[in-house]
Amino acid sequence: MNGPDAVWYLCLAAFLFCTGALGVLIRRSPLIVLLSLEIMLNGSNLALIAFARQHGREDGQIFALAVMAVAASEVVVGLGLIVAMARRRLDLDVDKLRTLRG
Amino acid sequence: MAGNILVWIVWVVAALACLGSGIAVITFSNPFYSALSLIGNLASLAVLYLLLSAEFVAAAQVLVYAGAVMVMFLFVIAYLGGRADAPWAGGPSWQALGAVAASAALLVEVIVVIGLKSSGRLSHSARVDFFYGRPYEIGRLFLTDHLLAFEITSIVLLIAAVGGVILGSHSRETQ
Repeated sequence: MNGPDAVWYLCLAAFLFCTGALGVLIRRSPLIVLLSLEIMLNGSNLALIAFARQHGREDGQIFALAVMAVAASEVVVGLGLIVAMARRRLDLDVDKLRTLRG
Repeated sequence: MAGNILVWIVWVVAALACLGSGIAVITFSNPFYSALSLIGNLASLAVLYLLLSAEFVAAAQVLVYAGAVMVMFLFVIAYLGGRADAPWAGGPSWQALGAVAASAALLVEVIVVIGLKSSGRLSHSARVDFFYGRPYEIGRLFLTDHLLAFEITSIVLLIAAVGGVILGSHSRETQ
């Protein structure tokens, strides 16, 4: 059962990563920025698992699982920040949050 | 070979679903629809992981991402009322053009690097046996070779849980 080469998976991972990067750069709602970050992390996960399959070792899958845990904790903190912003009646717009700008 | 063609068909369908739902996530103006299309993105990625014979990661992807994380996302979006922001309101701005140019440049760079390397070792993959990627092997690697990564992951999750509680309770006190 020979599927596509690792090259195809890597190209798909690159497309996914750049889609997520475009979403992070272009969208203003912090919720959709977080969703686009998830797409970027999943693109890197796909590349890791494709390399793990290509080398025939499971270490890349271990990395992908660690990335998944990091993504889950990032979502917890990010959603906590968004809920805290909404409770303080701040605008949910990443371009308007300029208080921390140096 | 019939099995080979079937694998290619499944790959193409899953890849197109993956790309289409990824583009849908960043183009929908309602965050609720974006989160729903991200669930489709994660499911099609799980299909791709199955094609790469990473069964445990595919199951973890569906359970952790499409289950837990996306439920949390949908809960927060429902709590906030799902206010829509129009991504391209008022015509294309220089910021949007710059963002498109930057991500297109990133994509071209990565594709060129993959194309330069594709003729060598990338073109043929290692032969794996039936037991590749089974949970036994994943657990053994986690508890022997990658024990430090395992422990650091647990500490990161603990810190994130504490941080979530602190972020939630702090804003309640100040009101």
